[in-house]
Amino acid sequence: MGASRYHGPVQLARSAPRELDDESASWLRRLSSASLAERQAAERELHGRLIRIARSEVRRRSAGTPVTGPELDDVAHQAGDDAMLAILAKLAEFRGESRFTTWAYKFVMLEVSGKLGRHYWRNPPVVLDAEQWDRLPDRLGLDPHQHAEAACIVAEVRRVVDAELTAHQRRIFVAIVVDGIPLNALAVKLGLQRNAIYKVIFDARRKIRRALITRGYLDELDVGQR
Amino acid sequence: MNEHEILERFVRTDPRDVGCDEAIAVLHVYVDLVAAGQAAADRYPGVAAHLAACGPCGDDFAGLLAAVTTQHDET
Repeated sequence: MGASRYHGPVQLARSAPRELDDESASWLRRLSSASLAERQAAERELHGRLIRIARSEVRRRSAGTPVTGPELDDVAHQAGDDAMLAILAKLAEFRGESRFTTWAYKFVMLEVSGKLGRHYWRNPPVVLDAEQWDRLPDRLGLDPHQHAEAACIVAEVRRVVDAELTAHQRRIFVAIVVDGIPLNALAVKLGLQRNAIYKVIFDARRKIRRALITRGYLDELDVGQR
Repeated sequence: MNEHEILERFVRTDPRDVGCDEAIAVLHVYVDLVAAGQAAADRYPGVAAHLAACGPCGDDFAGLLAAVTTQHDET
């Protein structure tokens, strides 16, 4: 296997700190105020927003998680509370690269993602290592009635996964791609960061693609040289 | 879409993809650009490539964009 091209040469051009817009400046001033009353009022206002956004977000994601009902509302409250703590702890790190509220709401998204991943395992619809290869055609969008080679393709992908991925790559690839376990949930289960899981899937896809080209299932030139 | 196109889509990776950590680090900046109608993908092509490929980061992006484009200041 060649060196991974993951995290290629593209460098992020992060913005330099810039002058704050009026609303962001107001948030920072009030949240850092020497006046306890002003600071607490700002914290209450921000916390209320975070809870509302967390509720909206868990509703938006509800179709993709086994978490339902009161547990989903609990997730929203926990996410809003923990986002609030993170924001206050990192207030000095806000550089004005975006509006303050956009920066702050990002913490809600990350908390919702992480908490839904943890709650997944309380009542998981899929058991880790279940290996549901028979569902792969559906996941790929291959209809055996329309795609005569569907069975051959799935069999070849499975052969490559079994023969050419490392045990670590194979376990993660099967869990995410074959069994359909959410990436955030798998990260919690394996004690890994989201990025570490994503990198394994990224590298596994490249390895599978090279194997499929070698065996004539894909053309080197028709796929963007990736 | 034929079998080979489906298979290609399945194993496709984008070498510009910056990964989850880099994408999340600038997600708030990226979302503000998108919300303002600016060319976020031109400025951050590696982030755009990642958000298109990574389900969880794409979800965070969609949620954050919805949050900043929806009025949440009611009591």
